[in-house]
Amino acid sequence: MLHTLVILVEDLPGVLNRVASLFRRRTFNIESLTVGHTDVDGISRMTVTVEGDDHHIDRLTHYLYKLVNIIQIEDLTYKQVVKRDLALIKVSTVSDKRSEIFQMVEVFRARIIDVTNQSVIVEITGDIEKIDGFVEVLKPLGIIEMVRTGSVAMERGPDSLFHAENGYQELTQSMN
Amino acid sequence: MKRSGAQIVWECLVREGVEVVFGYPGGANLPIYDAMRGYPSIHHVLTRHEQGAAHMADGYARVSGKVGVAIATSGPGATNLVTGIATAHMDSVPVVFITAQVSSKLIGYDAFQETDMTGITIPITKHNFLVTDVYEIMPALREAFYIARSGRPGPVLVDIAKDAQQALIDNWEYDHSPFKMRGYRPNMRPAPSSIHDAVDLINHSKRPLILAGHGILMSNAMEELRVITEKGNIPVAITILGKGVLPANHRLNLGMMGMHGEAWVNNAIQEADLLLAFGMRFDDRVTGNLNTYAVNAKKVHIDIDPSEINKNVKVDIGLVGDLKEILGQLLPLVETQNRVDWTDHIAEMKGNVSVRDIQNLPDNGHLYAAHVINDLWRFTSTDTVITTDVGQHQMWAAQYYHIDKPHKWVTSGGLGTMGFGLPSAIGAKFATPMSEVWTIAGDGGFQMTAAELSTLAQEGIKVNIAVINNGFLGMVRQWQEFFYDKNYAATPMKSPDFVKLADAHGLKGIRVTQRSQVEAAIREAQATEGSVVIDFKVEQEDSVYPMVASGSDLQDMIRRPRVLVETPKDS
Ligand SMILES: Cc1ncc(C[n+]2csc(CCOP(=O)(O)OP(=O)(O)O)c2C)c(N)n1
Repeated sequence: MLHTLVILVEDLPGVLNRVASLFRRRTFNIESLTVGHTDVDGISRMTVTVEGDDHHIDRLTHYLYKLVNIIQIEDLTYKQVVKRDLALIKVSTVSDKRSEIFQMVEVFRARIIDVTNQSVIVEITGDIEKIDGFVEVLKPLGIIEMVRTGSVAMERGPDSLFHAENGYQELTQSMN
Repeated sequence: MKRSGAQIVWECLVREGVEVVFGYPGGANLPIYDAMRGYPSIHHVLTRHEQGAAHMADGYARVSGKVGVAIATSGPGATNLVTGIATAHMDSVPVVFITAQVSSKLIGYDAFQETDMTGITIPITKHNFLVTDVYEIMPALREAFYIARSGRPGPVLVDIAKDAQQALIDNWEYDHSPFKMRGYRPNMRPAPSSIHDAVDLINHSKRPLILAGHGILMSNAMEELRVITEKGNIPVAITILGKGVLPANHRLNLGMMGMHGEAWVNNAIQEADLLLAFGMRFDDRVTGNLNTYAVNAKKVHIDIDPSEINKNVKVDIGLVGDLKEILGQLLPLVETQNRVDWTDHIAEMKGNVSVRDIQNLPDNGHLYAAHVINDLWRFTSTDTVITTDVGQHQMWAAQYYHIDKPHKWVTSGGLGTMGFGLPSAIGAKFATPMSEVWTIAGDGGFQMTAAELSTLAQEGIKVNIAVINNGFLGMVRQWQEFFYDKNYAATPMKSPDFVKLADAHGLKGIRVTQRSQVEAAIREAQATEGSVVIDFKVEQEDSVYPMVASGSDLQDMIRRPRVLVETPKDS
C-alpha cells in the first residue's frame, strides 16, 4: 500500500541526493517526493509517498536513519492527516469550451491565476483524488501543460511532529 | 597559530592519535604531502596502487581496533580507492579516507582529474564530506573520525578541495569541545522488558545456539560471550568474520557456519530451538535458503544497527545496542545449566563427519591446500596474524587455520574482494609490528595486488606470503565443476614464477611441491629476516567441502565424495 513518510533532514547540500540514492539502491520506488524549508533554521522537511507493506516501510525507515543527516522520520499513513497536492494547469480557451472551463473551475474550487486571449492557468489544491478528478474533466477541454507538486502532509490536531530530542534541542555529542 | 588547510589535516590526524597513513600523492593533494614533513610522528606508507592503501588502512584498523587512514589524490587516485572503500563498508571497518578534490571554483566544470567522489561513494560509505572551505576541514575530520568509530563502525570519506588545503587561517586552534550532530545518534539501548523476554527464552531453551559475528570483536564483548556460553553451556557457531571471538579450542566453540561451514554446525543450526545472533547479520552465505532456515528455532538478534533486525531473518526478539553492554545485562540473568543432551548430540554429529576430513588423508605425494594451511597453523603461534585473499584458500584457511585470539584474523567477508590479502597484511603488520604476520592468497588474487611486494620491500617490514597456487581461479573453477559441467571458461591461469617475482623485489622466494617440504619452508620463512613468498604448488582441482550451494537448504551440503579421495577429478 501507499505510505506517506515525513522526513526531517539537515538542510545541507547533497542531502536530497543521499535520500534518493538510498531509495534507489534499496529498491524502493518513490511515488512522489517534495522538499522544503521548515520554520526551524537548518531543518528541511520531505514528504515522500512510497509503495510497500508495513515490513518494507519499517526497513526503509531504519535504512533512512542510518543517513547521518536525517533527523527524524514519521510514518503518517495510519494517522489523521491533511494531505495536499497543488497543480497548475494551462488550458486552451480558443475552442468554444471556454465557459465550460470556467464552470469546472468553479465546481472544483480552483482558481484562475493567469489569463490570455488563448489560454488560462488554473491553480488547484486538494488531495490527490480531487486533482485527478479535475484533470480528467479538463482533458477533453484541451490541457496545454500541467505541473503537480506531489503531496505534502501534516497530522491533524495541536501536536508538533518534531520530537524535542530530535531537532529543536541540539544534541551534544561527546567524543569517545 | 597560522595554519594552512593542509597542515590542519595533519593537525587533526595527530589529535586523533593516528600513527600511520597509507597513501599516494598527486596534483590535487600536493599541499597535504608538502605539509607532511611538519608531522614526523605520523608515518606515511607509499603504496603501489590506491586500492592497496585502502586495504592496508582496513587491515590496520581491523587488527589495531583504531581508525585506519588512507589518502589519495583527486580523480583516478580517488576512484582507485573505491574497491577498498566498499570492502571496508561491507565489513563495518572504521577507515577515514582523505581524498583531494580540484579547486572549489573548478568543481562541476569537468576539470582535469575531477571526479565526484562524494557522489560515487554515497552507497559505500557510512558518511562522506565535501570540504571547500578551509574552516570546514577540522569539523569535517573530527566528525569523520567520530562517525567512523562509533555505533556500527564504517568508512567515512572526506574530499577536500585543493584551494581549501592551500588557504591559511591566521589564528587557528584545535577545537576540543564536544560537537553537535543533530541527525546522528549511534548509541541506542534496548528496553529492559525485552532483555527479560530474551532471558526467558534462553533459560527455557533446550537446544540453544549462539551465532557469533564480527560485532562481538567490534564491541569487545569476548569476555561476556565466554561467560554466557559457559554458564548456560550454550554452544557457539561463528561467522567467518567472527573467528577469534572465542578460542578455537574452547569446548563450546563449534566452528564456522554457512556455505563452507562445518557440517555439524549447519546441522546444529537447523536443529536448534533457539538462535542467539550476536553481532552478525544473517548474510545469504550463512543462511542458505531462508524459507527452511532454522524453522524450529526462536530467534533473538542483538545488533547495534536497527536495520539489521528482521532484515533477512524474522526474529522473535531484537535488541538494539552495544553488545558488550547488552550481554553484560543478560549475563547475571542467564541460568547455569548443563544442557548435556544437546552438547552430546552435537559432539556425536561432529564425530561422524570428521572422519571425512581431508586431514585424515595419508601423504600420497599430493600437496593439498588444507595440509599446507593446517601445517601453517601448527607451526605458528596463537599470536600470529593471518590475513587472507578471496577464494578456495580463504575457505580452507577459515576451516584449517584455527584462531584462538581476537583480532588475529583478517578477511574480506562481505564483499569478497580478491587482492585484499597482501595489502591487508601490510596494514596488519603496522598495527602490530611485533607479531608474525602471514597472508594466505590464491595465485589469482595475489596477482591482483602483488605490486605491493614493492611497498613491503621499501618499508623493510616482514610479512610472509603463502601463495596457494593451484593454477586456476580455484573457487570459480569449483563452481564450474559443480554447476557448469566442468566448463572451465577463463579459470585456468598462468602465473609468473613467484620465486623469481620475490627475488626481483629483493625478497626470498621458496617453492614447495611436496607435503614433506611444507614444514621446512615455513620454518625457513620464519627464520628469514625479510618478507618471504612461498609458492605452494597444490593440487589443481581440489574443492572446498562441505558446500551449501547458493540458495540451498543449510542442511543440504555437498560432501567430499569419498573419505580418501585421490583427487576430486576421479569422483
Ligand atoms: C575482485 C574480484 N574479482 C572477481 C572475484 C570472483 N572470484 C571469487 S573467488 C575467485 C577465484 C580466486 O582464485 P585464486 O585467487 O586463484 O584463489 P583460489 O580460489 O584458487 O584459492 C574469483 C575470480 C572476486 N571475488 N573479486
